[in-house]
Amino acid sequence: MSRTEIKIGGFGGQGVILAGLVLARALSLYEGKQAVFTQEYGAEARGGSSASGVVIDDERVDYPYPLNPDIMVLMSQGAMKTYLPLMKDGGILIIEKDLVRLDKIPESVGEFHSIPATKLAEEVLHNKIVTNIIMVGFIAKVTGVVSKENIKRSVLEMVPAKVRELNDRAFETGYNYDEGAE
Amino acid sequence: MSSKDIAADEFLSGDAAAAEGAIAVGCRFFAGYPITPSSEVAERMARRLPEVGGIFIQMEDELSSIAAILGGSWAGKKSMTATSGPGFSLMMENYGLGIMTETPTVIVNVQRGGPSTGLPTLLGQGEFMQARFGTHGSLEAIALSPESPQECFDFAIRAFNLAERFRTPVILLMDESVGHLFEKVRIPPQRNIEAVSRKLPEEVPYPPFRADEDLVPPMPPLGDGHHIHVTGLTHDDEGRPEMTPKMQEELMGRLVNKIRLYKDEIMDIEEDGIDDADIVVVAYGITARSARRAVTLAREKGIKAGLFRLKTVWPFPTERLRELAEQGKKFVVAEVNTGQALIMVEQATRKDAVFVGKYGGEPHKPFEILNGIEEALHADN
Repeated sequence: MSRTEIKIGGFGGQGVILAGLVLARALSLYEGKQAVFTQEYGAEARGGSSASGVVIDDERVDYPYPLNPDIMVLMSQGAMKTYLPLMKDGGILIIEKDLVRLDKIPESVGEFHSIPATKLAEEVLHNKIVTNIIMVGFIAKVTGVVSKENIKRSVLEMVPAKVRELNDRAFETGYNYDEGAE
Repeated sequence: MSSKDIAADEFLSGDAAAAEGAIAVGCRFFAGYPITPSSEVAERMARRLPEVGGIFIQMEDELSSIAAILGGSWAGKKSMTATSGPGFSLMMENYGLGIMTETPTVIVNVQRGGPSTGLPTLLGQGEFMQARFGTHGSLEAIALSPESPQECFDFAIRAFNLAERFRTPVILLMDESVGHLFEKVRIPPQRNIEAVSRKLPEEVPYPPFRADEDLVPPMPPLGDGHHIHVTGLTHDDEGRPEMTPKMQEELMGRLVNKIRLYKDEIMDIEEDGIDDADIVVVAYGITARSARRAVTLAREKGIKAGLFRLKTVWPFPTERLRELAEQGKKFVVAEVNTGQALIMVEQATRKDAVFVGKYGGEPHKPFEILNGIEEALHADN
């Protein structure tokens, strides 16, 4: 694998930081990749803009921040405006279906996916807090950037024991989401 | 077999890795006042030190934090504090006390944008000079600048070893980007970690400032029957104030020379592609990672560029840079300030360098440094 960049953008409270961290950690510790995780956030605890970056390579990663993400995950309209123009031509675009309004998918996008992760968290799992883990499951499925086994291991190791089962179900919900069904 | 007997890979931030390195080399006392972007060092130490029989104290401010670690060191424990810009400024007076009293300690400064409270959550590299000249009086400083969490771990170990070897405070000069980014850190088995401890006197009582041939005095711990007097005033080898030009010359000469004469043992530089290079890019900390990419991009364009990375920023590698300048190479300096290492590089090379600075807030994009390399290529000098 040559250098691959992933950007996950949203607002504070959606868990985009943890989503990037579990991905990078799985790639680094369990898939033998060189992976760097970085984060951007405003001063607010919730509601401000928030983004995480993952850069993966077989060799040592020099510049650790995504420049032209191969995989772009957008979970808010603000993130869409900021980050969509940076996307690499032919890359994979993934959006939170209910939170990002996209009049038209740019022609440069190679592959497009969407998932109502927040609604699934509320309606299927009755807990909005796992929106990010639903998204992680979905990212793993549609991009194939990390194996299901390794990303799940990373998620379950990173969350507190008392919510492990909830996160397990959230991950499966995202992983098994059928885009064509709606 | 305990978990300490086998190597372990962890996915850590630079801040957490620095804390783990300190614990691995035997740091058992931490006093600090949390400040972004260094707070994760304190957070990790607060959780980990009690697990290994150490002590963590959250102090009321940075003045007391550094005072406490000087005391911790005299009590015989490897001691550390961690802070960022504003706190580092507050620590400057007692940093000098640590140098004057020859107290081995480690001060972590995770640099953010300044001056003053500046950019709490964002990058700066404005304390390159402060690490060297920030406290009053004449002195030699030792400061290390990691570019990755692995180096935060490794350099924390080395910072303690240098502090103990030279009986002096050592600065781990990190920056926000390196402190907050996460990468794999290989933590070696405990038996593979080289831990240097201060020389102890063979006789009791032993004068606490009587140096050996290497100019470093053995350090008697408090409470072992030695007659210890520790003062920031110019003092004799018993630690008694003796404020005379003669004693000043004797003491300061030794404090400066115990580092100056042994700087080859301290300095650590990464030279990547320097031998055939026309352009030498000097950088440290996070900026070195942007510079490494820029050098690769330059090579792809057929420009012979190389990276000269300061893993130790102080003592400064003046002689080596002068040697490279005499070979006709040109220089680019990249750092997140308005030109601090630049002063040292131009003084060493005796020629103008192309400067690629930033005021702070974000690291260099690789193309910004590449532009500097191209500018240097076409410059006259």
